[in-house]
Amino acid sequence: MSVSLLLAVGVLFAAGTVLLLERTLTRVLLGVMLLGNGANLLVLAAARPGAPPIVGAADPAEMTDPLPQAMILTAIVITLGMTAFLLALAYRSWLLTGHDEVQDDAEDRRVRELADRDEGSDAEALEAAR
Amino acid sequence: MTWLVPLPVVMPLLGAAATLLMFRRPRVQRAISVSVLTATLLVSGMLLVLAADGPLVVAVGGWPVPMGIVLVADQLATLMLVVSSAVTLCVLLYSIGQGGADGDEEHPLSVYHPTYLILTAGVTNAFLSGDLFNLYVGFEILLAASYVLITLGGTETRIRAGTTYVVVSLLSSVIFLAGIGLIYAATGTLNMAQLVERLDALPDGVRLVLQGMLLLAFGIKAAIFPLSAWLPDSYPTAPAPVTAVFAGLLTKVGVYAIIRTETLLFPGGRVADLLMVAALSTMVVGILGAVAQSDIKRLLSFTLVSHIGYLLFGVGLASRAGLSAAVFYTLHHIVVQTTLFLVAGLIERRGGSTALDRLGGLARTAPLLAVLFFLPALNLAGIPPFSGFLGKLGLIQAGAGDGSALSWLLVGGSAVTSLLTLYALARVWNLAFWRTPVAGPVAAPLRSSRLMVTSTAALVVAGMLFTVAAGPLYSLTDTVAADLLARSPYVRAVLP
Repeated sequence: MSVSLLLAVGVLFAAGTVLLLERTLTRVLLGVMLLGNGANLLVLAAARPGAPPIVGAADPAEMTDPLPQAMILTAIVITLGMTAFLLALAYRSWLLTGHDEVQDDAEDRRVRELADRDEGSDAEALEAAR
Repeated sequence: MTWLVPLPVVMPLLGAAATLLMFRRPRVQRAISVSVLTATLLVSGMLLVLAADGPLVVAVGGWPVPMGIVLVADQLATLMLVVSSAVTLCVLLYSIGQGGADGDEEHPLSVYHPTYLILTAGVTNAFLSGDLFNLYVGFEILLAASYVLITLGGTETRIRAGTTYVVVSLLSSVIFLAGIGLIYAATGTLNMAQLVERLDALPDGVRLVLQGMLLLAFGIKAAIFPLSAWLPDSYPTAPAPVTAVFAGLLTKVGVYAIIRTETLLFPGGRVADLLMVAALSTMVVGILGAVAQSDIKRLLSFTLVSHIGYLLFGVGLASRAGLSAAVFYTLHHIVVQTTLFLVAGLIERRGGSTALDRLGGLARTAPLLAVLFFLPALNLAGIPPFSGFLGKLGLIQAGAGDGSALSWLLVGGSAVTSLLTLYALARVWNLAFWRTPVAGPVAAPLRSSRLMVTSTAALVVAGMLFTVAAGPLYSLTDTVAADLLARSPYVRAVLP
């Protein structure tokens, strides 16, 4: 396993994590792409390096392990689909609200406000019922 | 009879393709989905019977076992299959009934049926998978379908809630994939049976890292505190049937993956204390969140999180009694939690809202609805003689049998959580059903079709069946737990 490959994985993961913590969906999307590629590289690094795994091209004992590459192929397709979906989400969010920032949950805010004012929602509701 | 094993995965996928082709013919779509899910249920039942003689193993595509992917239908997998396909069928009927009642029979969302069937295929694939990468693919299939379902219609609230859900799920998938890469690097295989030997040979530190990666990934999917904050935030805004099937199945797939990997790949309970602490905090934090809510759907989402703690408690004990009770409780909880979300959907249609301060007097105006809520609510809270009580009793007995200080603490925590669940649900009962109706403008009730009520009632009855059949079911989960702990039946079936 080469150190430069591992360093690349580390940088991709670090940058991806920072972007994932952003509030705008476009940056989150970039973060997801970096993280996904970091994971793919990690799987690639899991294989023993060697000659191309083509029958007849090399001695089987010297060939690289093709299985992780097959798995990355699957993972890349999945990441592609998810990226497309996140793009669609960001576009829809931009259409609806004019920006693509992730909003707070309205109900969460309401529960917090109730707690701040120190009144239970039940007490209020019962009052209204009477 | 091993040719039956891939059918629960293949049939919904083919059904999804067929319904996608029939996107202009809603009636044909409905017929295909219902028949496919009925067939899946039947096949799962047959597999459950067959798996009693030992796990059924299929090497997909005829590739020799450690090279290719295997599907393994052992008793745990088939039990989960039977319950999950029964639940998906009932929820599908409910959503068809809802489409009929809303009069959009001619113009429903053509994407609903294909997506729903793909979700089912992902769930069954995750249950049957005998290979870590195939498990990952199963997760991705069900997650991709769930992203579409949770943002169905693309309204502003659903996009907002869906965003959180999608991003958190993507993160857990990346962690899972990285974990798979590390496991392959350390052992050179992803076949679970082969991993059993090779992981045992690894140094303890390496094993702990691999175990931690998988636990983190599955913990997010199963909504274990502190990884649970996304769930109550994103579930309640989706359409009622979608929330119901998510609540019943998706977190349980995470729990199933935890049970499978913790018993098969990482036995010995090295992180038992961590699991127990996580279980306690999930229970307590979840139920305290539920008590604070003023909306039925959100309240139910918090009880869902809280009761995941019970399942984790059983896994953390890692004893035969603990695992047996955890499997029993998982099956019970799939049915009961789905039922309650379906009832919440009915309440929303009858009362115009699920906000507790706007509802009232439903017991008089809708007595049938009151019964449909009351029975599963008591069942969830664990009132004797319901199966919720029996499951909790099993867990508490297992905890007491363990005897350590931490498990006694958990026993106390389970009792308190159970009481608080009862309190939270009694509050719903009092405010929504019992008190005099709230004066003021209430949205005109939407008609609920007979099919919606019937499918909900069928699930309520299914929940009651767990109580009636608790004896045989417990002896079944007992053998499941014994097999899980022994590990050799699984390994011998896959690698003869």
